Amino acid sequence: MSHLIIAPILLPIFTALLIMLPPIHYSPMRRRWVSMVSTVILLILTVCLLLQTQAEGVSFYALGAWQPPFGIILVADIFSVSMVCLTSMLALGAICYGSAGEDEKGSFFHPLFQFQLMGINGAFLTGDLFNLFVFFEVLLIASYGLLVHAGGKNKTKAAVHYVVLNLAGSAVFLFSLGILYGTLGTLNIADMAVQVAKLPPENLMLVKSGGLLLLIVFALKAAILPLQFWLPATYSAASPPVAALFAVMTKIGIYALLRVYTTIFGEQAGPLAGMASDWLWPLGLATIMLGAIGVLASQDFRKLVANLVIISVGTLVTLVALQSSAATAAVLFYTIHSTLVCGALFLLADLIGAQRGKAGDRLVPGRRMAQPALLGTMFVVAAVAVAGLPPMSGFVGKLMILQAAGSPLQQVLLWSVVLLSSLMVLIGLSRAGSILFWRVSGNEAGPERVLPLQAFALGWLLLAAPLMVVFAGPLTELSFAAAEQMRDIQSSIAIILGDAATVGEQP
Amino acid sequence: MESLLAGCIGFLTACGVFLLLRGRTFPVVVGLTMLAYAVNLFLFSSGRLTLQGAAVLGTTDNYADPLPQALVLTAIVIGFAMTAYLVILAIRARADLGNDHVDGKLPGNENSRKESR
Repeated sequence: MSHLIIAPILLPIFTALLIMLPPIHYSPMRRRWVSMVSTVILLILTVCLLLQTQAEGVSFYALGAWQPPFGIILVADIFSVSMVCLTSMLALGAICYGSAGEDEKGSFFHPLFQFQLMGINGAFLTGDLFNLFVFFEVLLIASYGLLVHAGGKNKTKAAVHYVVLNLAGSAVFLFSLGILYGTLGTLNIADMAVQVAKLPPENLMLVKSGGLLLLIVFALKAAILPLQFWLPATYSAASPPVAALFAVMTKIGIYALLRVYTTIFGEQAGPLAGMASDWLWPLGLATIMLGAIGVLASQDFRKLVANLVIISVGTLVTLVALQSSAATAAVLFYTIHSTLVCGALFLLADLIGAQRGKAGDRLVPGRRMAQPALLGTMFVVAAVAVAGLPPMSGFVGKLMILQAAGSPLQQVLLWSVVLLSSLMVLIGLSRAGSILFWRVSGNEAGPERVLPLQAFALGWLLLAAPLMVVFAGPLTELSFAAAEQMRDIQSSIAIILGDAATVGEQP
Repeated sequence: MESLLAGCIGFLTACGVFLLLRGRTFPVVVGLTMLAYAVNLFLFSSGRLTLQGAAVLGTTDNYADPLPQALVLTAIVIGFAMTAYLVILAIRARADLGNDHVDGKLPGNENSRKESR
């Protein structure tokens, strides 16, 4: 049993505790360095774990050596480990940016950040549905703390909405867990897949209602159409490094949707197979359109970026609804691309706002920027990537999405909605860019400059856009391998529960 | 016993949802607490109701399912911590925004923030 699987959870929690101890806690520079170095180590560990998983296939870690299905397990497959890798890359950028001064505007930035990393990594790695709930709560309570970091009316107001909504979501989560445990008798995801396949008919509707309650919870976390109204206000109110990290939070909802509706209610589930697709497909398409309208309607740049997050969520949900290998592979590739680029855009919005004086990031004519060339280049790279234009990563991602559509009807709907939304994003971004960079009044630039650490953080995240095109071959192979592995439920169940358990066996 | 418990859970949930939809932060906090009670009872009942059964194997023929009890314990602790945080946040919002409405301003009274200062 390899202990590497639990490292992405243990490292952040011990770092958070270390940062709160006196010799480190009293010096801002020490806090920053410990936090940054720990995140670099986390990145190295997760890359090692990814290489190991690629070489050896699915592996699991039984906590306390309690064997599944009785104990809690962590499962490492290529998809989940890739998501953990993505989180640590994003976190490194966000922490470097925060260490340039944002972290001193409130207390306990770094410990909360590390706790949130622990929750995110745990949510990706866990193989137990109740443990997923626990890690959701860990990352949520850290995010509640981070959201009000640096204080202010807007943040408090957004935080009240965010906390109340998520507490209601947690209650629904527990209701659905209660229903599923009461009917299936297990909460281990692999074991649930086995139990669903041999479900007696009288429990069918109960399990279905439990499964669809889960859909509501994950839709709330991922911000899918009727439950997305909290997102723009929350993300645009949060301080920039926090908003950048939040770019991965919606993706956890998507990942959970994919995991639950591919593994538990996947092809082997008989009458329950694909029960979420009927809901996710129209809602995903509608979410894309709503996000695109939001991009056109946004009055300031951060709201615009928050709406870009909604578009990416809609796209991913539509792909989850397709339930095919190509779609799952596209989910992974597009998630990596959109998370890093949206995170970078949140940081960029803050830099632009800081140099424009009173106008901030509102889309109105403002003061001349001190470094228009640097910020402009970054803006163009990010905008081209997020709109899905050729030289950057968004193009490859969009291509994979368009290829994932199976039947002609799906092609017509998906192609028209995705391409139309790309056009609207392009219009929105060119409007925002021309107002921010060209409509300037006066020749005096303010004293604010981009700090080296901020430039490094932004460059680190934006580097993904060209690099994902250069290494598109290996990355696509990785995505397809992850998709095949995730959809090959039989063999992962055989690894986790032993060869005795087979899916579809009649009792 | 089953119908009594189901009625309790239903009543608590209904009260919780009703209070959750109110406009002030205090009823919302109380509503979430009621919803948490309902959830805890519900989770507890997911292991089926057993009278006079210890959650230990081997000591009795009539044993209770221990897992829901562990789940409820976790859910209680988490719900309690979250509610405590929400109470503090609501007090902070009352101080920052000048009123205790969840949207930060009283409906139909645009100048409420200025008056309350």
